[in-house]
Amino acid sequence: MIEVKGLEKKFGDLQVLNGIDETIEKGEKVVIIGPSGSGKSTFLRCLNLLEQPTGGEIWFEGEQINAPKCNVNLLRRKMGMVFQHFNLFPHLTVLQNITLAPVKLKLQTKEQANENGMRLLRRIGLEDKADTYPKMLSGGQKQRIAIVRALAMNPDVLLFDEPTSALDPEMVGEVLELMKELAEDGMTMVVVTHEMGFAREVGTRVLFMDGGNIVEQGTPGEFFANPQNPRLKDFLSKVL
Amino acid sequence: MVEALQRGMEDFARRFYQNLIFEDRWLYLLKGLGTTLSIAFLAILIGTVIGFALALCRISKSRILKGISGVYINVLRGVPLVTQLLIIYLVVFGSVNIPKYWVAVIAFGLNSGAYVAEIMRAGIQAVDKGQTEAGRSLGLSSAQTMISIILPQAIKNVLPTYTSEFIVLIKETAIVGYIALEDLTKVADIIRSRTWDAFFPLITAALVYLVITTVLAALLRKLERRLAVSDRG
Repeated sequence: MIEVKGLEKKFGDLQVLNGIDETIEKGEKVVIIGPSGSGKSTFLRCLNLLEQPTGGEIWFEGEQINAPKCNVNLLRRKMGMVFQHFNLFPHLTVLQNITLAPVKLKLQTKEQANENGMRLLRRIGLEDKADTYPKMLSGGQKQRIAIVRALAMNPDVLLFDEPTSALDPEMVGEVLELMKELAEDGMTMVVVTHEMGFAREVGTRVLFMDGGNIVEQGTPGEFFANPQNPRLKDFLSKVL
Repeated sequence: MVEALQRGMEDFARRFYQNLIFEDRWLYLLKGLGTTLSIAFLAILIGTVIGFALALCRISKSRILKGISGVYINVLRGVPLVTQLLIIYLVVFGSVNIPKYWVAVIAFGLNSGAYVAEIMRAGIQAVDKGQTEAGRSLGLSSAQTMISIILPQAIKNVLPTYTSEFIVLIKETAIVGYIALEDLTKVADIIRSRTWDAFFPLITAALVYLVITTVLAALLRKLERRLAVSDRG
């Protein structure tokens, strides 16, 4: 589904990604872990071109997305993204946050989008918040709404950029729970996170990034039980 | 003592009549006020359109657009407005017959555009970058993101500064007398030259300005409080 070949990203003189090769299949739940500055967020943001790669190729559903002729806006409809800081639109109600893109892009009528939006809100038990503004919500509620906002576009893959890092500890559970449900529904997911429990429980594959490279990967079982790379051993000994 | 007071009051009433009532001079002042306000109003409209376009150029990726808008803003903010007004009247439109009123509207509009541009640029850039990323990640184009997500928040950011720019503009129009346009200040000065009384017409004009700017400033404060309330959680 997603194929990455020799992906490089430089910010000025700083080389953040050193030629990454990786293939993500439909239905996989890939969890990316690593120390800060290892390039894991940059890697994720390259996948939907929020960062423009400075080298290499990214293919998505048979199309090279970092080729000049690729329509980035069409591509992004199929790749939802969830951010660390939620990035809900503060001037819009919760329901409007969810329906804005489908309606503006003429994928759904206003009625269809509202109906779909309410269905999504019911699913996360927040239908009573439809007409309130994001500032009235807790962090956990905001992030769950940000997730269903991405879902409203019916994406083929969801990218999560540290979705629980900005949350109070007691809010982390509800967000992870929703992500777990999505995983069980078969959604393809790429998740950058520090939640090792989530990686172990939900991930089908775990990648460890360091210094702009994927230095080790494997199924959660072998990855956590039997790490090979000394950097990974060191990292796991600190976070587990 | 009482007699002196009485004489003083009679004198005051006579001068009041001379300067404001006789020959419908209050109507003349009112007409001047109309000129003042309509120039300021039309200028802020033109300034908003120009300023918005310039602000978009300033934040665009194109070096050329950035450069052109930067030069425009620098020049129009770096030259005294009176000088600009005279240049537009005597040099740019020197050989064309355009009513002075419209010369003033254009001059103030162009100048106000430079200030509005900086206000808008700051307002747009104050919106968190994550908002753009969220919009774009949903598949919205950069124009759709700007219109539906960034601008509504930016406008809320700049509304107070924008309103105070309008208040400044109302006061600055007082220089249109330089091209013999009869705004509030010029009318007051004309009345002074007829009655040989500087106090009444000029103080009246000053009070009118003061009332208008005070009322606008009060409305502005009310607006700011309202916006602050909706920002609170």
